[in-house]
Amino acid sequence: MRDVLPGREPVPPDGTMGVPQARGRFGEYGGRYAPESLVEACREVDEAFRAAWADPGFRGALARLLAVYAGRPTPLTPAHRLSEALGVRLYLKREDLTHTGSHKINNVLGQALLATRMGRRRLIAETGAGQHGVATATAAALLGLEATVFMGERDIERQALNVFRMRMLGAEVVPVTAGSRTLKDATSEAMRHWVGATGDSHYCIGSVVGPDPYPWMVREFQRVIGDEARGQCAAELRTGVPDHVVACVGGGSNAAGTFAGFADTPARLVGVEAEGGAGAARGRLGVMHGCRSLFLQDDDGQIIQAHSIAAGLDYPGVGPEHAHLRDLGRARYVTVTDDEAVGAAVRLARTEGIVPALESAHALAWVIRAAGDGDLPAGSTVLMTLSGRGDKDASTLKELL
Amino acid sequence: MTNPTLAAGAVERHLRARRDTGRGLLMPYVTGGITPGWTDYLRAFAAAGADAIEVGLPFSDPTLDGVTIQRAGDTALARGASTRRILADLSGVPDLGVPLVASTYYNLVLHDGPEAFCAALRRAGVGGLIVPDLPVHEADELTGAAAAAGIELVLLASPATPRPRLAEISRRSRGFVYAVSLMGTTGERAALAASAAELTERIRHVTDRPVLLGFGISTPDQAREARRHADGVVVGAAVMRRVLDGAGPDDLRAFLATLRQALDQECD
Ligand SMILES: Cc1ncc(COP(=O)(O)O)c(C=O)c1O
Repeated sequence: MRDVLPGREPVPPDGTMGVPQARGRFGEYGGRYAPESLVEACREVDEAFRAAWADPGFRGALARLLAVYAGRPTPLTPAHRLSEALGVRLYLKREDLTHTGSHKINNVLGQALLATRMGRRRLIAETGAGQHGVATATAAALLGLEATVFMGERDIERQALNVFRMRMLGAEVVPVTAGSRTLKDATSEAMRHWVGATGDSHYCIGSVVGPDPYPWMVREFQRVIGDEARGQCAAELRTGVPDHVVACVGGGSNAAGTFAGFADTPARLVGVEAEGGAGAARGRLGVMHGCRSLFLQDDDGQIIQAHSIAAGLDYPGVGPEHAHLRDLGRARYVTVTDDEAVGAAVRLARTEGIVPALESAHALAWVIRAAGDGDLPAGSTVLMTLSGRGDKDASTLKELL
Repeated sequence: MTNPTLAAGAVERHLRARRDTGRGLLMPYVTGGITPGWTDYLRAFAAAGADAIEVGLPFSDPTLDGVTIQRAGDTALARGASTRRILADLSGVPDLGVPLVASTYYNLVLHDGPEAFCAALRRAGVGGLIVPDLPVHEADELTGAAAAAGIELVLLASPATPRPRLAEISRRSRGFVYAVSLMGTTGERAALAASAAELTERIRHVTDRPVLLGFGISTPDQAREARRHADGVVVGAAVMRRVLDGAGPDDLRAFLATLRQALDQECD
């Protein structure tokens, strides 16, 4: 046991990042603000998830898939050269090394198994960067399900590789032309589609957003990141627990999964949002896509379109549990610009030989900035989740570099 | 109260009274702010024999609306429509003798807070409110504020709603019960969904409140058929498609007259 250092956060009360409060609440956020037509479907997912999560058979089947198919556990890689340059000790939780190349597969394998258990034969998904869409198409192929993936037209253009992968895997990719033609609109369209397909389809939401039980369920399926990292840090670090735990936040699933492993430790939790999609840092209370949380809005209450070079962070809201962690002061939410993220991606490529997804590069950009301006004191230990690999961003980066 | 349709419970009393004469109820929908002179549509609807009028307050992300009403909302927002401006427009409309029911997504209600939102509706002469993404188990926060402001909060029931919940929705709804005819979004359909009859049957079993069927009802034949099961119909996308195609108040008046006639025939 180590001493508590000055300036550390107190260990949170029991239950932080545990089961949500009644009616799917995280503090004042969360809930099930679904159209009446979807309420029963949400209840069925909730009931099925609770039963499955308490069933060692289900857990065993998921653990096995994660191991023999997805490639878990993922390594914890010390970033030696970058650490030396930054004056901190940086460890990367390598979700980029999972099958399909991002953390999204953790959640999707869980939900796809659940869908099979519920007798559903089709998965519906929204996708921004295409990673969740690829993961959904992959799990569907693996389990013999159909997959329909909604994707904004703008994202279809900038994530062409992933569109091809989804089609190759047998999924139907439906272009969404409404609004900003990005993740927000793809999510709306997927929900509309689900209303007419609840009988045979499971809506496989890709982040810790949406109506109860999704924010909780997706965090539980992602907590494998944090749980593994906790054990790996215990083995690797003299202090057992890193000083800082950092992850990028779009809807917030890789961050929630990572934070869940450290919520009961003194580690400082930092979520990094895109400057143009800072729901947690700059959103105000609202309701969209089934939950009460923080959303970027104009003076009339209309949702503002997000703008980020990283399609997976191009979302004007944030998951309700992050809104709650922010209010509690348990986690801190910061933003980085497109340029900082691109710079961080290049730097990681050249110092460590790892090309990160532009989403993940946001987390690293904050680490680089914070190490420079003293926000991260010299010698701090930092665990950063590297949520995905950068192949999908090649065409975006090619234009810039 | 200068305006009798504004007294507490006025929407429901108005609809019950008309229903009890054997009349099939007609509630056409218009997206607020869709054209510069959009309130002329309200006058045309009243003249065509509407029993209530639904006014949509457009929201950027209407997750329960199909393409027509999405497009109408986008058009209105692009014209600069907002809750504030639409309600200001409504304040300038003389009493039409027909209750106005606002409909919007919960984000716009929360934006100013349920109390301020409901008070503003009331000041604009609106009597009822429909919030499609606010199911009954999340409605506590709004029901009190609505009741205090004299706004009747209409709840929706769907074909997937199980019986105990249906009873709760019917009990807590004010004005009428909005029966969503099918598992889907708003938008015109070729035929009345089979689920419509069964759902209205189930609602009738638990309440004597007026029941209006909505979603997909587009033609006089469908209205006539819906009337066999429910007290009346809500017609949204079929109106808004015409408005988007350039139809003016007189055209809509003519279209709604065909629905009015169909509903009247059915009760002969
Ligand atoms: C690699 C990667 N990281 C992060 C995200 C953002 O999602 P979340 O905040 O749910 O982890 C995405 C989403 O597409 C992604 O593909």
